[in-house]
Amino acid sequence: MTPTLSIRNLTVDIPTRHGTLRPVQDVSYDIAQGEILGVVGESGAGKSMAGNAVIGLLNPPAHIASGEIHLNGTRIDHLQGDDMRRLRGQQIGMVFQDPLTSLNPLLKIGDQLTETMLAHLDISQSEARKRAIAALEEVGIPGAAQRVDSYPHEFSGGMRQRVVIALALCAEPSLIIADEPTTALDVSVQAQIIALLKRLCRDRGTAVMLITHDMGVIAEAADRVAVMYAGQLTELGAVRDVLTAPLHPYTDGLMGSTPLASRGKARLHQIPGAMPRLDALPDGCAFHPRCPRAQADCVRNPGPTLSDGQGRAACFHPLVREDVA
Amino acid sequence: MALVSVTNLTRIFDVSKPWLNRVIERKPKAMLTAVSDVSFDIEERTVYALVGESGSGKSTIGKMLVGLLAPSTGSVDIRGVDLARETDAAKIDDVRADIQMIFQDPFASLNPRWRVRDIIVEPVAARGGETRGLAERLLEQVGLAARDAGKFPHEFSGGQRQRICIARALASEPKLIVCDEPTSALDVSVQAQVLNLMSDLKDEFGLTYLFISHDLTVVQHMADKIGVLYLGRLVEEADPDTLFDTPKHPYTQMLLAAAPQLDGFGREVAPPTGEIPDPINPPPGCAYNPRCPLAADICRTTRPELRRVGNARVACHMVD
Ligand SMILES: Nc1ncnc2c1ncn2[C@@H]1O[C@H](COP(=O)(O)OP(=O)(O)O)[C@@H](O)[C@H]1O
Ligand SMILES: Nc1ncnc2c1ncn2[C@@H]1O[C@H](COP(=O)(O)OP(=O)(O)O)[C@@H](O)[C@H]1O
Ligand code: SF4
Ligand SMILES: [Mg+2]
Ligand SMILES: [Mg+2]
Repeated sequence: MTPTLSIRNLTVDIPTRHGTLRPVQDVSYDIAQGEILGVVGESGAGKSMAGNAVIGLLNPPAHIASGEIHLNGTRIDHLQGDDMRRLRGQQIGMVFQDPLTSLNPLLKIGDQLTETMLAHLDISQSEARKRAIAALEEVGIPGAAQRVDSYPHEFSGGMRQRVVIALALCAEPSLIIADEPTTALDVSVQAQIIALLKRLCRDRGTAVMLITHDMGVIAEAADRVAVMYAGQLTELGAVRDVLTAPLHPYTDGLMGSTPLASRGKARLHQIPGAMPRLDALPDGCAFHPRCPRAQADCVRNPGPTLSDGQGRAACFHPLVREDVA
Repeated sequence: MALVSVTNLTRIFDVSKPWLNRVIERKPKAMLTAVSDVSFDIEERTVYALVGESGSGKSTIGKMLVGLLAPSTGSVDIRGVDLARETDAAKIDDVRADIQMIFQDPFASLNPRWRVRDIIVEPVAARGGETRGLAERLLEQVGLAARDAGKFPHEFSGGQRQRICIARALASEPKLIVCDEPTSALDVSVQAQVLNLMSDLKDEFGLTYLFISHDLTVVQHMADKIGVLYLGRLVEEADPDTLFDTPKHPYTQMLLAAAPQLDGFGREVAPPTGEIPDPINPPPGCAYNPRCPLAADICRTTRPELRRVGNARVACHMVD
């Protein structure tokens, strides 16, 4: 079946006075209908840039330099202006870390919901208002019929994020891009929002790109996971496989450095150093200066990639695990 | 004797609108209780962690411990000296020098115009102490290089800056360091480096930490004892094994269930209900009663005392 989203060999460039930076390099992955793909990696890995490329929200001079993006089989990476805006409103919903970036502070939330629906669905004003109240109920806003006439500032952070989710879903998109949707929220509210996202996607078959730096969120919410490092996709696979038996040394290091109940007070594993800056990417595999498995070829050869959107680990010397196919 | 004794500590902020607005709008004064009747001890050379969601009063307690904020009522005794009431200036000075603080944001807490050397030795220089070679020695101790002393903060990454903050905190050879979300702004691989460093330094210098964090797994990893805060109140206190294996307070239970787990594949939890109430008008009785599945009449009228239950201390009417 055609995946909802298919990204192939996506490369994003930022030309600067001192040369071209490449925040996303040759990234390929698919998201199937009803699937939650977790995109994980440390800050600056290129997660948001890849997401923004899909929705046509790259800030110039950043631009797609090569590669293709298909939504439900239709190529969308070259769409411009109104075409892109229409697609974004209709087929792709967005949820960002700060709900206020998606809400107009001067408009009642009900008006924002009905406006979006009227722009993309063929329904009447009164039907739109009815659906707006239903949408607020569905995302768990208590007293939706009254709250529909409130302004964004009258809601708590968690409630605002629910409103944003209602807004992202109201045009019935086939893809949701959620970029750190719970990072600013407390854990109890985070649990509510994640449960909500999972339920809505299961019920509607929406595909979700869930961008987060939190491995725990990935474990609980995602079906598959894409690990990014220095603009590149380093590991891709079913979430349980990747987290319990990582093949890429970077994923392995990340899992080891995450405090875990079962490890108790034992020293945390340390990945030495830090992720390189884009203007100082090492030759060969970008991870080699920090990698315990690196050998001469990792430095010499062009970095390994997962360019078909399939494979597991972009690594010359992945971990060997007997129990993994 | 405990190094730190916190007794019935309370901090109330006046968050009223200006007087004239209040008169016009007929609004009463608004008092926000950020910390309410909190008592705990920190034993020497241990890590005491305070955990809770945002607004639960963690930072306010930390600031009262280091003397950045005065308690409204209650006391903080450090080595037997009550900082708010002690009148002997020399004694206060002496105790102050034993306490340092590290903050979450390593960008905001370093003066961008100072060289790293001057930043690190400042607490010692301010007291007229000997600073020659001190910054270089401390930089090496926290995993940076002696030559970094001549650089400026902007030349360092977030993790390196937090190391500089730690070096500065160590300069005056303190006994107690209050760490307020020290790794919350860092990526996990860098967090691991900083947490390991903090553990090493603790052993090496015999330090005591008050470790403030909203991250349960980090707290579980670092702490010898954990205090759980809800709306400014200490609702449960226990060692990590007891707390995580057998959480007793309904709020602790909710918090642990809600925290995402690294091995929680496809876990479906009934998400917690409700939200943290307004601290200006907290619910009567137990602050958790509107959200609590066990709440009974007494919970809505009478505030539960923190009392010993097995290895823990718990403030809940329904736990025994
Ligand atoms: N306007 C810009 N000019 C130069 N570099 C940029 C710009 N915007 C982002 N970057 C860089 O692009 C990289 C990827 O950023 P981003 O996608 O936001 O990472 P993530 O979301 O994984 O934290 C980072 O190294 C960031 O510094
Ligand atoms: N200076 C202040 N003035 C008024 N209210 C404050 C002040 N500092 C903190 N508060 C309030 O006190 C409560 C506890 O805050 P804080 O100690 O920062 O919590 P935490 O660190 O657990 O997030 C919050 O409701 C906060 O808004
Ligand atoms: S005292 Fe009552 S309301 Fe509070 S946590 Fe215990 S059972 Fe729940
Ligand atoms: Mg991002
Ligand atoms: Mg705080």
